[in-house]
Amino acid sequence: MANWKVICKVEDIPAMGARRVARKNGPEIAIFRTLGDKVFALLDKCPHKGGPLSQGIVYGESVACPLHNWQIKLVDGEAQAPDVGCATKFSVRVENGDVALDFEEVNTLGIAA
Amino acid sequence: MNKMKLVMVGNGMAGVRTLEELLKLAPDLFDITVFGSEIHPNYNRILLSPVLAGEQTLDEIILNPLTWYKDNGITLHTGCTVTQVDRVKREVHAQNLDGTQVVKPYDRLLLATGSNPFMLPIPGKDLKGVLAYRDIADTQAMIDAAKQYKEAVVIGGGLLGLEAANGLMKRGMQVTVVHGAEWLMERQLDKVAGGLLQESLEERGMKFLMRAQTQELKADADGRVSAVCFKDGSHVNAQLVVMAVGIRPNTALAESMRLHCDRGIVVSDTLQTVTDPRIYAVGECASHRGIAYGLVAPLFEQGKVLATHLAQMGIGRYTGSLTSTKLKVTGIDLFSAGDFMGNNGAATPGLADDTEEIILSDPHDGVYKKLVIRNDQLVGACLFGDTVDGSWYFKLLREGRNVADIRDKLMFGESNIGDVGHEGHSKAASMPNDAEVCGCNGVTKGAICKAIQEKGLFTLDEVRKQTKASASCGSCTGLVEQILMFTAGGDYSATPKKKAVCGCTDHSHQEVRDAIRDEKLLTQSAVFKFLNWRTEDGCPTCRPAINYYRLSSWPKEAQDDTQSRYINERSHANIQKDGTYSVIPRMWGGETTADELRRIADVVDKYKIPTVKVTGGQRIDLLGVKKEDLVNVWKDIGMPSGHAYAKALRTVKTCVGSEWCRMGTQDSTQMGKDLERAMWRMYAPHKVKFAVSGCPRNCAEAGIKDVGIIGVDSGWEMYIAGNGGIKTEVAEFFTKVKTSEEVMEYTGAFMQLYREEGWYLERTVHYVKRVGMDYVKKMILEDEAGRKALWAKLQFALEGEPDPWFEFDKAGVDTRQFKALSV
Repeated sequence: MANWKVICKVEDIPAMGARRVARKNGPEIAIFRTLGDKVFALLDKCPHKGGPLSQGIVYGESVACPLHNWQIKLVDGEAQAPDVGCATKFSVRVENGDVALDFEEVNTLGIAA
Repeated sequence: MNKMKLVMVGNGMAGVRTLEELLKLAPDLFDITVFGSEIHPNYNRILLSPVLAGEQTLDEIILNPLTWYKDNGITLHTGCTVTQVDRVKREVHAQNLDGTQVVKPYDRLLLATGSNPFMLPIPGKDLKGVLAYRDIADTQAMIDAAKQYKEAVVIGGGLLGLEAANGLMKRGMQVTVVHGAEWLMERQLDKVAGGLLQESLEERGMKFLMRAQTQELKADADGRVSAVCFKDGSHVNAQLVVMAVGIRPNTALAESMRLHCDRGIVVSDTLQTVTDPRIYAVGECASHRGIAYGLVAPLFEQGKVLATHLAQMGIGRYTGSLTSTKLKVTGIDLFSAGDFMGNNGAATPGLADDTEEIILSDPHDGVYKKLVIRNDQLVGACLFGDTVDGSWYFKLLREGRNVADIRDKLMFGESNIGDVGHEGHSKAASMPNDAEVCGCNGVTKGAICKAIQEKGLFTLDEVRKQTKASASCGSCTGLVEQILMFTAGGDYSATPKKKAVCGCTDHSHQEVRDAIRDEKLLTQSAVFKFLNWRTEDGCPTCRPAINYYRLSSWPKEAQDDTQSRYINERSHANIQKDGTYSVIPRMWGGETTADELRRIADVVDKYKIPTVKVTGGQRIDLLGVKKEDLVNVWKDIGMPSGHAYAKALRTVKTCVGSEWCRMGTQDSTQMGKDLERAMWRMYAPHKVKFAVSGCPRNCAEAGIKDVGIIGVDSGWEMYIAGNGGIKTEVAEFFTKVKTSEEVMEYTGAFMQLYREEGWYLERTVHYVKRVGMDYVKKMILEDEAGRKALWAKLQFALEGEPDPWFEFDKAGVDTRQFKALSV
């Protein structure tokens, strides 16, 4: 059972932008909002050299890493070919404009990275 | 659901490339069937010459092995010739080698039948031992003949003929090339270059009969060819005759289908036949705007467009290509493009004498270069012996840029001047495999060759994507192109006539600029809509460009879209490799005070900033600042933003000047401070740097800045369009003025011109090269009213512009970014 924790409102994330979510242990999580108000979450580390994806340009359902312009798909964290790699993906739930992350995942995913 | 049926006739490079593009876009849309007359899967036809010469094997030139067809669910019929197409029933009829018939219905039909070699209609053309040079079977027959026989004649001294002759010679045959024209490769070379080529081939042992007209081929007792006879009664013995006198688009099937053909199957800009929109044609068999292309790059461009159309995206248009030629005979460097003949001296009757030629000829080293210029534009080039600059000339030719200002340097090329990062290498062929080609991304020649071979790469873009070579600063582009040519064969420098901003559109930077200005497009979405962008919200390449074009075209009216800026301009600091930032406060003209230094020192202590560095632009850089701390660091330092992170005016470097220096003739520090105060906060297509020196000793290094001012006793000299980066470019003398007010006005006017006309990410040096120094002089030096208007426009645009480190609302700084959310 997912243990949803509300993080913020959708409006708290800039459209075609992102916010960082700090957690007690482990690196930050990036939450993204697309032009069409879809929200996604990935570990804030590019699979290439660990660049903070939250700082990249969000377009369509992708983000371009600010360090070396790898294109990462928001839906699954996969890098676009020919680059190969995958950013850890987090589940997101949006209800009544509230953005929630699964507390279980927040406490376990991508901690060691 | 039943998939639509796509049938392709022909299994060659252009057709299969089209399928590859289609599968990328719409992998599940079609049920695909391919018919190929040859028994092989798709192979690289261009590399038949190296195979013939024994430099590569047949296996190495296979592009798509049989497993590729299987993995992609494509039904492949090899050795199966399409005999008839019923356009009413929409059925393809084909015949296998064993005579059995195949019938296949289609919804979409793709004709990729290529071309046929032209056989001279002379007696004996059907004898044993008389071949064309077109496919694997021909090549194999030539290789076999070379084992058995001694003498060969190649009819035709064009590109293909010479490659065939070279291959046969390498296989041990005595080869005579028979050519009807006065010199070799007359469609690509002028007389001098053709003569040099002949000489260097003769040195290798090739024989030539020029202006010879073949009458008939004689047979021996077994019915095999034995001699070639000429109209003047002479003859040459040969047990192998290769005809390489040209190719003709293969339109036999299309004609039988009653499709309109005129030197090729006539197609529209979407590669649909003009007769039947269900039927497409691509490659050498297609005639587009009257041209049937024979080089691979234009054919791949066609394939790309065709694929989008088949995938029902309908977005691309093919508008033609410019092509250039290189010869694949190892050890002979030859390049030609455009109008390489010119018409100097009105050599061609009826044409005006309107071209000029620049020629360099060094017979001792076997180097010959000719550049043809018309109306200050490079229109043709013919290079022999040294082709390193071929791609540069080709670029100039394609862009049609004014070369008046670089005429004196044109001949010497751009490749060896100032490029850094690849040890000064300029010839790819002589580089060892472990030599670094791309100094930015650490890519060796070996790695590039391997990627080209293993991934089947054909274009510069593909190599960039796969290997990252030349993908960063781009200074090794010429080298990468050469490696591509040597490794993949053929010539891949042919490119579309205009370059699109990005994959979201076919429009060029200029077209986007013009539309934003002429149509007063104030928002990002208005631009996307008006120009029919393919994506809803653009991509990281086009969005920052459009944002800049809007802001520079419509100051005070267009709103900054900060989400379309790179992170550095969004957070007003430079992102570092570990995700921290660097902060560089502005120090007017490079001057500072004890008070400022004390505040900086306190900030370094308070926020535990790990590195403090003096920059080349006479400022201080604080490195390793956490994003959370940025706002407070700015506040505590209390100095204006240095814009060291932006496509904007960065630094104004100065020397001490007449206030202190015993040599100084002008107060350069004050001049620098005044310039910086007048123009800071100025966004531009790319970063901009100024320098002011107080005397000709030029301690502020004004010669490599976008605008460099040098004080002399009688006033100020102004130099523009210098660059100290990837490629050191010395700024050119622009003008000399008397007063500091004039320095301000001329500098501001030049900046405003660049802001209004430069393409995004184009430095002043490239902008001035593109439009020509004469044009810039005309706009600023000769047009006083225009100059004053430009300067006024810049002042208007900068009036009241905020300092983004302090006026967050006005500068559109989203301060939420500095705080992380928490769980």
